[in-house]
Amino acid sequence: MTAEATEVRAGRVRQVRTLGTVRHAYPLWFYLPAAVLFLVFFAIPTFASFYFSLTRWTLFDQEFIGLENYVQFFREPQLYQSFINTLIYGFVTSGLKVVIGLALGVLLTSALVGRNYLRSVIFFPVLVSTIGVGIMFKALLDPFDGVVNGALETLGITGPGWLTDPSLALLTIAGIDVWKGLGIACLIYIAGLVAIPTEYYEAARVDGASRWAVFTSITLPLVKPATGTVLILSLIGGLRSFDLIWATTGGGPGFSSDVIGSVIYKQYQAGFYGLSTAGNVVLFLVVTAIMVPISLMLNKREVEQ
Amino acid sequence: MKRDRTMRWVIGIAAIAVSIVVFILPFIFILLQAAKTRRGAAELSFSWPTEWVFVDNLIEVITQRDFIVARAFVNSVVLTVASVTVLVVIAAMVGFVMQRRASPVRTVANFFVLAGLIVPPAVVPTVWVLQTVGLFGTLPGLILIEITFGLAFSILLFRAFVSTIPRSLDEAAIIDGASSFRLFFSVIIPLMRPIAITVIVVQSVAIFNDFANPLYFLPGDDNATVQLTLYNFQSRSSNQWNLLFMDILLITIPPLIMYIFFNRQIVAGMTSGAVKG
Repeated sequence: MTAEATEVRAGRVRQVRTLGTVRHAYPLWFYLPAAVLFLVFFAIPTFASFYFSLTRWTLFDQEFIGLENYVQFFREPQLYQSFINTLIYGFVTSGLKVVIGLALGVLLTSALVGRNYLRSVIFFPVLVSTIGVGIMFKALLDPFDGVVNGALETLGITGPGWLTDPSLALLTIAGIDVWKGLGIACLIYIAGLVAIPTEYYEAARVDGASRWAVFTSITLPLVKPATGTVLILSLIGGLRSFDLIWATTGGGPGFSSDVIGSVIYKQYQAGFYGLSTAGNVVLFLVVTAIMVPISLMLNKREVEQ
Repeated sequence: MKRDRTMRWVIGIAAIAVSIVVFILPFIFILLQAAKTRRGAAELSFSWPTEWVFVDNLIEVITQRDFIVARAFVNSVVLTVASVTVLVVIAAMVGFVMQRRASPVRTVANFFVLAGLIVPPAVVPTVWVLQTVGLFGTLPGLILIEITFGLAFSILLFRAFVSTIPRSLDEAAIIDGASSFRLFFSVIIPLMRPIAITVIVVQSVAIFNDFANPLYFLPGDDNATVQLTLYNFQSRSSNQWNLLFMDILLITIPPLIMYIFFNRQIVAGMTSGAVKG
């Protein structure tokens, strides 16, 4: 055996040994507890939902009826309305969270009087439960006795029925959602803005760039990862939302503020388990169809950087 | 320069004024309502209570209907502590192995983490699974659900954080003869402290404040959580605003304490996990 061959073999043995240590140090069974829970309580129900959405189902008996649940979902105006409302709600809340969150993030990372106070106070609503927030705003926005309309009256404006006017209810709830979730959006933006190197701003100041130019050509592009995070989190939350709507209007007046999430619950409550599950599949498709392209787009842009 | 400083003051004071109206006044409203009599609170006005009955209201909320709020409080605390404890340990295990070891399992796990973040849970089929394993309507059942639904986000944060722990630490421990179990629990877990605190705070607040999952998976009054009792209380007696607001006040205290203690760590953990990750 030549010396060279021995060396090669020794190298391979070492390589095998390191690989063995890696196997030994990072055991795959660490995945096991999480995998079992995920499989039983998430993957199985998700796959089962595709089948059960095609049945008339009582949890004990099921009768295969094909696409009838879906036909019903899209034919009944109030069910179809929930589909449209979900899209409106998702895009309005996440759009506002991105715009206001960024504006507040910029404000709260600049040298400002009372900055720490402002940072904590914006985060406060995150701590109150959605049900608590819903009850609070129901009282504040009461069309006759509420504080908000009372204040508007002293200014000579007759306030609308924020939660009782069918054309306004959904947007009012979206506004409450933004009020509650702004703290998180703002926090993510602050984290992203602080990470931008100050040299860029110094260079821009030396070049005599205007504030607006600095914002559009330095801040905005460099804060993109944070925008991606805020957008994805708030879209997922907005499209799935249920509790705030349930706590404030219960989907009403009429069906004007129903979203897919509340329709799923109503059908479940009424015992239409197949139809409820079909609603779940519709929600699944809506969320996936919107989120997958958006996250792919955001990831691609990050790689290009 | 001087003009800049004046601007800073003007904008700062304007921001503080707006923040008081938008964020502070609603909370003062809750406090005032909780201190009023039933009739006083029914007016829903932003006024000083004519008669302070704060303590009376507190006692009434806790004792009414056979201490249901007190029992719900215990349920919610058990639910939160049990779920978050298990969740942190098993999500940290996955985050650690996922970051350190490339394998086909990682590819599959990656896909499931993304799916777990995006896909809305299929509620009625989950009820069906819980009934099949005999855990529907029980606290242990809901604990397993909360753990499962919290996994994806927690794994994401842990994984991003593990990438900042140098591999040489693992190697040193391995050379010293540590088993994988020892390596993880004695070396890695202590180093994960900052992100673990973030996960604990974020998930505790989320699970304690959760409404939809208890509504579906833990129906009934006997073992309800605080959010469920608040909701049921609201639909039963919507004219008792004073007690409703006292209830809200009471169940906001645990998240508030968490936030006051860990304020700084949440920001630090989010910075390392959510944005750079």
